[in-house]
Amino acid sequence: MAAGEIALVDSDSATVAIRLSGDWQVRDGMPALAVLEDGMSSRSGVSKVEFDVTELGEWDSVLVTFALQVSDFCASHKLELDRGGLPEGAQRLLGLAETVPEKSDARSAEQKSSFLARVGTAAQNGWGEATGMLAFIGEMTMAVGRLLRGRARFRMVDLGLMLQHSGADALPIITLISLLVGSIFAFVGAVQLEQFGAAIYVADLVGIAMTREMGAMMTAIVMAGRTGAAFAAQLGSMKVNQEIDALETMGISPLDYLVLPRMIALCAMMPLLCLYADFVGILGGAAVGVGMLGIAPSAYAQQTIGAVTYTHLIGGICKASVYGVLVALSGCMRGMQSGSSASAVGDATTAAVVTSIVLVVCASGVFAVLFYALGI
Amino acid sequence: MRSVSEDSQPSVHLEIRDLTMAYGSFVLQRDLNFTINRGDVFIIMGGSGCGKSTLLRHLVGLKDPAKGDVFYSGESFTESEPERRREILRGVGVTYQSGGLWSSMTLAENVGVPLGEYTDLTPREVSEVAGFKLALVGLRGFEDFYPSEISGGMQKRAGLARAIALDPEVLFFDEPSAGLDPISSRLLDDLILELRDSLGATIVIVTHELASIFAIGNNSVFLDAKTRTMIAQGDPKYLRDHAEHDDVRRFLRRGEEA
Ligand SMILES: Nc1ncnc2c1ncn2[C@@H]1O[C@H](COP(=O)(O)OP(=O)(O)OP(=O)(O)O)[C@@H](O)[C@H]1O
Ligand SMILES: [Mg+2]
Repeated sequence: MAAGEIALVDSDSATVAIRLSGDWQVRDGMPALAVLEDGMSSRSGVSKVEFDVTELGEWDSVLVTFALQVSDFCASHKLELDRGGLPEGAQRLLGLAETVPEKSDARSAEQKSSFLARVGTAAQNGWGEATGMLAFIGEMTMAVGRLLRGRARFRMVDLGLMLQHSGADALPIITLISLLVGSIFAFVGAVQLEQFGAAIYVADLVGIAMTREMGAMMTAIVMAGRTGAAFAAQLGSMKVNQEIDALETMGISPLDYLVLPRMIALCAMMPLLCLYADFVGILGGAAVGVGMLGIAPSAYAQQTIGAVTYTHLIGGICKASVYGVLVALSGCMRGMQSGSSASAVGDATTAAVVTSIVLVVCASGVFAVLFYALGI
Repeated sequence: MRSVSEDSQPSVHLEIRDLTMAYGSFVLQRDLNFTINRGDVFIIMGGSGCGKSTLLRHLVGLKDPAKGDVFYSGESFTESEPERRREILRGVGVTYQSGGLWSSMTLAENVGVPLGEYTDLTPREVSEVAGFKLALVGLRGFEDFYPSEISGGMQKRAGLARAIALDPEVLFFDEPSAGLDPISSRLLDDLILELRDSLGATIVIVTHELASIFAIGNNSVFLDAKTRTMIAQGDPKYLRDHAEHDDVRRFLRRGEEA
């Protein structure tokens, strides 16, 4: 039979029948109520609505849902509704749906709020966000204080695992990304520099860019997506599972026990990873320089050693250390602030990556100004 | 070990005074007043979402009251210094509605954490005591399993083993028998009573399981979601027939009219 349809039929001057025909099944979708609305607005003096099901085929909950809509429509237009025409099963389901008391909590009735109210709420949320971040930084500072006084407790096993997770395990992806970034720089530089016959300066370009800026930046971004997100997800799911509650009631600070090992691990590993990324990036550049531009390997090496100074190298590593703190801090903070549901953990993970990348890019800007002012 | 003598005058262990619980401006329950005696098996009942778990969170200091106070043996918990709170909590064991076992540790390590934290036992002794506690809840041989490798019912029992690691004076259970088969649930009830008698502990349980409520509870409080306060207090067996509120009697009779 065909999919469900409705038509309005005037039974007498004050009564309108809704004629239901065809199959009313979920897979066919639900006819729109508009027919009824339009039909009613073009009629006047109608006080009663009834159903005519003589041509109705198969039906399931779509029919009941539709009947509920009709019922709401009639209630709001002060029309009398006669459900006697509906199949008996549908009437019973309708009865059930209406007896369950609607949750009348103030909170469930979320009204559409005005523009001003939304701006206000957004501002309040922003403020709450900022204070939350400050509070977390404050608590972390105290935890680090406890650590320095030797009073923070966590399991060395956890620290070891975290060191491995945020160090050795990250090497493959760091290798890949740095190699690519190094060679991309070399390509871009080569096109320009070859015009002046200065292809050898590709070595300077890649060496300085990697050590000064890109090594730290790319490592930070990879670690934000990889480890920062993992921290947030781990801590968030521990929250859902009440593992954090269990620590707290046992008088163990979750910050010491869970967050410190993660912070320490990432902060310790970032400078090392950055150094590694610098090296691999330069290799990537060299591959392009030697393989494509035909520069002699020894000349390329010589040129790189001449260009890259300790200042560049150490400057980059300083940046990486700061980025490490930022990534670890945002990952752990978002995880600890996560709500206690699976979707909240997803949100926390997303927020962790976004926060880390924003913070890293801002910090990079600050460094640029600072290094410029210091003449580095 | 402390013992419970049946005939002595019951002494108040926990007192909840004028407790109002709220999430932000959303008041969940107001003006709760009740006492829990030493050695009681005290049941917290009420419909879903009325704030039972939240009440437990207040009792163990995971959340601070909007108003009112909780007293442990006459000592204010809310106003205690963090150090003092830690000491009080040392005598408290909790199991959680969502398990709360540390997923990165084996069962033995889970049970061992409180022991390592609060006692001077050597690691060897810690693992032996942990093994004993796991055996008490019927998990001998599962010491080296991770929480994700055991069933939901076993996780509940492992949580219990961790909660009793330090022989606590008060044990809080949040829906311990939810999701257990009838026999395990019955065994858990027996275990709880056994712990009460052997440790002399006070037991506070959030549960919906009517059979357990009548089998082990000797005192209770009923939180109502509509009026946002407690509407009955006393022995659940008595409340079933004599509670003032219809809702309480209906709850205790699975919805059948009294
Ligand atoms: N973190 C939170 N923030 C805001 N509201 C919350 C929070 N946690 C719980 N609530 C609200 O508090 C109410 C009570 O929650 P609670 O977990 O205490 O219920 P419960 O009585 O234990 O229910 P159940 O029997 O289903 O476990 C719920 O309506 C819930 O929406
Ligand atoms: Mg609960």
